[in-house]
Amino acid sequence: MSSSIRVIDEKCIGCGLCIRACPFAAITLVNKKAVINEQCTFCGACIDACKKYQAIVITRQTFEAHDVSAYKGICIYAEHRMGQLSTVVHEIIGAALELKKVHDVPLSAILLGNKVKKLADELIAHGVDEVWMIDNPAIGDFAEDIHTELVTEILNEKKPEIFLGGGTIMGRSLLPKVASKIRTGLTADCTELEIDPDTRLLKQTRPAFGGNIMATILCQNHRPQMATVRHKVMKAAGIQEGHTGQIIDMSHIKIPKAEIEVLGFVEEESDTVNIAEADFIVSGGRGIKDPKNFALLHELAKEIDAAVGASRAAVDAGWIPYSHQVGQTGKTVNPKIYIACGISGAIQHLAGMKSSDMIIAINSDRNAPIFDVADYGIVGDLFEVIPELIKQVKG
Amino acid sequence: MNIVVCIKQVPDTTDVKINPETNTLIREGVASIINPFDVYALEEGVRIKERQGGGTVTVMSMGPPQADVSLREAISVGADEAILLSDRAFAGADTLATAYTLAAGIKKLGDADIILMGRQAIDGDTGQVGPEVAENMGIPHITDVRKIEEIKDGYITLERMLEEGYVRLKVKLPIVMTVVKEINEPRLPSLRGKMNAKKKEITVWGAPDLDINTQRLGLTGSPTQVVKIFTPPKPEGGKIFEGGASEAVNELIKELQGAGIRFGRKKEG
Ligand SMILES: Cc1cc2nc3c(=O)[nH]c(=O)nc-3n(C[C@H](O)[C@H](O)[C@H](O)COP(=O)(O)OP(=O)(O)OC[C@H]3O[C@@H](n4cnc5c(N)ncnc54)[C@H](O)[C@@H]3O)c2cc1C
Ligand SMILES: Nc1ncnc2c1ncn2[C@@H]1O[C@H](COP(=O)(O)O)[C@@H](O)[C@H]1O
Repeated sequence: MSSSIRVIDEKCIGCGLCIRACPFAAITLVNKKAVINEQCTFCGACIDACKKYQAIVITRQTFEAHDVSAYKGICIYAEHRMGQLSTVVHEIIGAALELKKVHDVPLSAILLGNKVKKLADELIAHGVDEVWMIDNPAIGDFAEDIHTELVTEILNEKKPEIFLGGGTIMGRSLLPKVASKIRTGLTADCTELEIDPDTRLLKQTRPAFGGNIMATILCQNHRPQMATVRHKVMKAAGIQEGHTGQIIDMSHIKIPKAEIEVLGFVEEESDTVNIAEADFIVSGGRGIKDPKNFALLHELAKEIDAAVGASRAAVDAGWIPYSHQVGQTGKTVNPKIYIACGISGAIQHLAGMKSSDMIIAINSDRNAPIFDVADYGIVGDLFEVIPELIKQVKG
Repeated sequence: MNIVVCIKQVPDTTDVKINPETNTLIREGVASIINPFDVYALEEGVRIKERQGGGTVTVMSMGPPQADVSLREAISVGADEAILLSDRAFAGADTLATAYTLAAGIKKLGDADIILMGRQAIDGDTGQVGPEVAENMGIPHITDVRKIEEIKDGYITLERMLEEGYVRLKVKLPIVMTVVKEINEPRLPSLRGKMNAKKKEITVWGAPDLDINTQRLGLTGSPTQVVKIFTPPKPEGGKIFEGGASEAVNELIKELQGAGIRFGRKKEG
């Protein structure tokens, strides 16, 4: 038998609450009874809406369930590049330490690379109990093929119940392949993680539809419960004074042959490009009017140590390279402060920056939608406002 | 060169609106489009074929019967064949089950050299299906490809985007690639393309047509379960300054200082 969703006709009163709750327009009324069509994704929004009548039921069948009791502890993937842990790793440790407050289990980290012992010490100092390490010159930085194989082997051997990685380009490439090998679930780019105190399951919450809706996701019968974590959302763990842990050498696992050959890494010349890591971002849109005027944004950015972002309109006009684009088809950013200059605030742009800690908008149109999400807004001509801002910040 | 491009039909988010009373997405009248990133994947597939001289570009989608509209659109911009994987048993699939199903479809097609996909779908926003398809096929994958340099002697050389720059990689075919929009400028349909699209027979495969374990399909084959869907709380209106530039900036800076924000150049050391 397979899984199904159905309406119990005797219980359905044809009120239509489910129709309004359905994000996929998958329910219609036929002869005053709800009918679910093939657009249905089994999201369950209708079940919630129909609590009172309980006229809709989903029957779930499970395939190849794992023996969940065999899995213990929380494990994280310690991504690093050029001798440094990625900043998201500290954030994931922070999130894991929060989870441990509800579900006190050991915290481990998988660390793979060449000459990484120093990073293992750093992980332990920040609260990791066990580092599962393979330190070998055959493990390079920029190709995740070897990492994928090794992570899978380690997870199969050590069996943690939760495995978390960064929502970075590498993390979002590596974890899906691992999840698929193990045949377990993976939730992408989570902004909230919580342990249900009763079931001990990991509640994984993430934005979908460009941030228009949030979904909470569980992985009940498969292990590990895996998630990538959006960068700059969780609070980074500091040094945990006096915390000790141990390094466990996993080098009995054979290193597979590389499939991907790295020919070279090119760092983008400008220091203002890495908008994913920046604490402050100054972003420009069509209101900038001319590529030359981006100089003004760069000047402000330099003054406040910010990276420079852009709307798609500015990128499409060729005023600034694509690597600066923020939004649904560009990068998702989470800075402390996002300053939008001459950006109207289209839904696709908002999708990439709405979760910034603080949004400041500069726009000449009082009705621009960007003001709906801005914490502070200045209605005015950016060619007057930005020079003034530079002047006053300089003091 | 046999190229498969996986495209997903998604709601056009430009039209997505929230019903303020029920806090849910209004989908009525929302047009369906090919997932924007997949359009770039498709264009790249057609360009590879043109450059390498010969081969076929097959577009494949898993979805409800209506998804054939998107497949026809793909034909109009240069795809040769279109396959729709459609079966009630596929419904409710998470990325694991979706990738399993797509991979089964690709395997049935025969020897694919290059499988192209978008970086992510704009409805689910996961970006997981590409790597998961690769795993099911037992072949390597590269995500966020921004440029293909060369395809020669069974190897591909490409540029892959990273947060701080990009990396040049060389990989043996077959391969799965997910692309970013920097990779090309998609063409518009030609008149002949539109004619082709109208006439084209779209092949539809259901679960019985594929060599698969039915337990791994759709909702049954999905380890993850959505237990709640909600609309994020609407942000409260912020403070808006409308006086002249100098006054407005002054007020803003005062507010920021009040909120404890040091808004100036980081002092090093
Ligand atoms: C599938 C899809 C994906 C997309 N993905 C993205 C994406 O990833 N990122 C993205 O940004 N967009 C994306 N878009 C495009 C998006 O819909 C908007 O078109 C785009 O964001 C508009 O950019 P803008 O705000 O710079 O330009 P506009 O909407 O033209 O706004 C310019 C603003 O500048 C203001 N202005 C003009 N002159 C001045 C001045 N002198 N001083 C102050 N203010 C001034 C105007 O009042 C106006 O509000 C996408 C669209 C689609 C369909
Ligand atoms: N149902 C589907 N049919 C065809 N291709 C898909 C489907 N779902 C996802 N894809 C492909 O996988 C990519 C990533 O999707 P996602 O992992 O859902 O974000 C998309 O850009 C498509 O190329």
